[in-house]
Amino acid sequence: MSRVRAVEPWIEDPLVRFVTEAGARLTLIMTPSGQVLAQHGFTRAVDVMAAAALGAAIVSSTREIATTIGEETFRALNHQGIQHGIFLAEMATPRGPLLALVVYGPESSVGLVQLFYEDLVQELVAACPDEEPTKPVIAADFERDLHNSLAFLFGR
Amino acid sequence: MSEQFKQALDGITRVRGVRGALMVTDDDGLIIADAVMEGVRGDAVAALAASLSARMAKATVGAGVGEQHFLHLQAENGTLLSMPAPNGVLIVVLAENDVNVGLVRLEMLRAVEAVK
Repeated sequence: MSRVRAVEPWIEDPLVRFVTEAGARLTLIMTPSGQVLAQHGFTRAVDVMAAAALGAAIVSSTREIATTIGEETFRALNHQGIQHGIFLAEMATPRGPLLALVVYGPESSVGLVQLFYEDLVQELVAACPDEEPTKPVIAADFERDLHNSLAFLFGR
Repeated sequence: MSEQFKQALDGITRVRGVRGALMVTDDDGLIIADAVMEGVRGDAVAALAASLSARMAKATVGAGVGEQHFLHLQAENGTLLSMPAPNGVLIVVLAENDVNVGLVRLEMLRAVEAVK
């Protein structure tokens, strides 16, 4: 049984293929503000919230570092641990930029994750519907959307 | 790419039928140095060969035959060869099916010496 849950259905098939091919243990697809669109492998909502917030913050801070050295942005960031690695990257889609946070273990490698991440981006860009009409974001909406997303991602 | 690695890979790619040779980190599957023909996706070969080699290493130890020294995978349209080298390096070669495997293996052993 697939452990992938997606708030937006067009993400699900490409993400299932990615986690299968790359051997990812945990994966989040989210907006740069940390709103989760799909997840794989997480069992607790609180972990998703923490990972999304921290991942979005890391991308935001590394973007500032990139700016200071004259780069528009970094393509991807890899943290290598002894048992696990974390791969964090930003992709451009018709719906705007999205972030992918991938945790992989010793059964995979950063090479494999990078390789299949490229396929994931291509498939998501191809599957992505046209841009949603923008609406003003207010705190109450954000809170409600967050809870709705988490409820869906964990089948509540 | 260091001159030493380049020379080692050039020695392999001079063998007729070789499409590309790479030095890869065996745990990450990333390219250290490569000499591949146009159209060969070096990053894909590196990542997948490192993954395959890691699994084969477990298989050989599990089967009680010790550590792997040389992997020869013959496929429909080509051949993949890999050989572990010291310091976490893997030598990977992509070649035609009619390549002289003995000669390539000799050059791969020379490449292993280059990374010692």
